[in-house]
Amino acid sequence: MAKTVRDTIKEITYKHLKNKKSLILGQCLSAVGWVGGTIPELREKDGITELSMADVANGGIVVGAGLSKRRPIYVIRYQGFNWFNAPIILNYACKSKEIWNVPCPIFIRGIAMEGSIGPVAGSSHHSIYYRMPGIKIISPMTPKEYVLSYKNFMADNDVYYISEHRGSYNNKLELKDYLSKDLDLIIFCISITRFEAKKVREKLLQKGIKIGIANILWIKPFKIKKKWIESLKKSKFGGIILDDDYVRGVASDMAYKLMKISKKKIDVMGLKDRSAGFSKKSDNLPPQSDEIIKTILKKMKLNK
Amino acid sequence: MKDSNFRLDVFKKASLCRNFEEEVIKYLNNKTIKIPVYVSAGQEFISSTISVLSKKKRLKPLLFGQHRCHSIYLSFGGNIKKLIDELLGLKSGCTKGMGGSASIHSKEINMFGHDGLMGSNGPIGVGACFATKKPTIVFLGDAAAEEDYVLGAMGWASQKKLPILFVIEDNNLSILTEKKVRRNWEMADVAKSFKMNAYTINDDPLSIKKISKNFFKKPVLININTNRIYWHAGAGKDSNDTFDRYDYEKKKLGIKAFKIHEDIKKQIKKLWLRQLEIR
Ligand SMILES: Cc1ncc(C[n+]2csc(CCOP(=O)(O)OP(=O)(O)O)c2C)c(N)n1
Repeated sequence: MAKTVRDTIKEITYKHLKNKKSLILGQCLSAVGWVGGTIPELREKDGITELSMADVANGGIVVGAGLSKRRPIYVIRYQGFNWFNAPIILNYACKSKEIWNVPCPIFIRGIAMEGSIGPVAGSSHHSIYYRMPGIKIISPMTPKEYVLSYKNFMADNDVYYISEHRGSYNNKLELKDYLSKDLDLIIFCISITRFEAKKVREKLLQKGIKIGIANILWIKPFKIKKKWIESLKKSKFGGIILDDDYVRGVASDMAYKLMKISKKKIDVMGLKDRSAGFSKKSDNLPPQSDEIIKTILKKMKLNK
Repeated sequence: MKDSNFRLDVFKKASLCRNFEEEVIKYLNNKTIKIPVYVSAGQEFISSTISVLSKKKRLKPLLFGQHRCHSIYLSFGGNIKKLIDELLGLKSGCTKGMGGSASIHSKEINMFGHDGLMGSNGPIGVGACFATKKPTIVFLGDAAAEEDYVLGAMGWASQKKLPILFVIEDNNLSILTEKKVRRNWEMADVAKSFKMNAYTINDDPLSIKKISKNFFKKPVLININTNRIYWHAGAGKDSNDTFDRYDYEKKKLGIKAFKIHEDIKKQIKKLWLRQLEIR
């Protein structure tokens, strides 16, 4: 039976702790559902390390652990907390190799989730990391992608930011690209928006509109596949990038790169430029299928 | 004020908080409230006592709470209907339906909303106190108090001799992780080493009153041991034998307290029904 993303993370973590004698650090790891069931129910002697609430210092403690070459995993339960967790990671761990030739490999699990959880906890915040040197960013949404992310980390000595989303934890399916040379438009999608992109493609196909999908796994380095560009160049209306972060970050930068290479127009959709609240009405969710369809239809009409 | 009168005054506030929370629990269970909610039940004697003490000193302090803040709002005189509306996500709520349970803001009572980043109210409260020189209270959980920036801000508040009161609502838990797993030190010891007046007490109103002489005259920290009756968020219970200060005080104060409880319960129920009707 196929495994879920949740079970995959749990198994990887188990082996990482047991076989590699590594560490996993974070807040409230063991007490509250073991981080959505992604952490094996082990003890401190096995490497499960409960940190105090000192978020900024915690990031530094993890950096110190990273210097030990034990390849620690660091869990940030909500990506928004990176505003406190990231500074020492970005300014020390990510620069250490370049300045002192001392690598500091850390596997950072930043977890996104949204819906009535207020202004700081929700969504993805990979853009915080994106603009800084010395880090690799991946956003796996499938079991195989998660394994690949981990394998890359183990074969490398860089800091890895894994932009996870709780919405993917039950997923067992692999998500494939849909590309050809007769497309109306291509959706380039990141994180949880990849599931939404699938819905959009199916709905628009019923209207006779051909939508391609390019799944973005590697955010930094942004790995652009040859096939994406070939299809994009032949597409009638260019592309659209979907992100679960604010658009003035990763998404806009990717759009710029894709436009430069393909000479096609690329739009971006992500979180709106406003704060989220704690109620449904005040949510700031990643682009939903109806909204995406509306934007696509408008774009097609304008460019006819 | 006689101790018995003081205790009754505090009980009135606590009763308002407790009865409010019991209604919240009911409406959470029947899914009328659909947002994450952090009830203060079990911890309400802290803000109730401090609000009575502040009133006695004729002070209206700046209030910086965190997510578990219903009882701060209610004790210090926040409009009850507006809090109900807030929990229902309505524009007429005290934070326009945006703050929900965790980010209650009220200009009328000098209460500042929280952003959800634990402990941020530490430095922010210190800054506000420094700039205005107004009496200020920063309420922190035992976990939020561990945040690095809280400790740094506390040290600076001491250096500047600010009229600030740090209240650690110590329920021993960070969601479900116990204090002993996270640290082997106490907040009062840290504050003392910052040369502040600092105390570790329980949430008995008289214990709080006893040490209140220097409140808002110089920086003071009180670590108050208390109990959370319900889950971190939501309506469930971790245990049924948690010590409940409210029941204890009610019994101790006797018939007067029972009557206060029954009267306030009725009023609060009515208010909830009314707000639900007109929404
Ligand atoms: C900067 C930051 N780190 C972590 C969290 C996650 N978090 C939310 S509440 C909480 C526990 C808070 O415990 P405490 O401060 O003792 O307050 P209590 O819930 O017990 O009232 C944690 C860890 C957060 N919201 N912000």
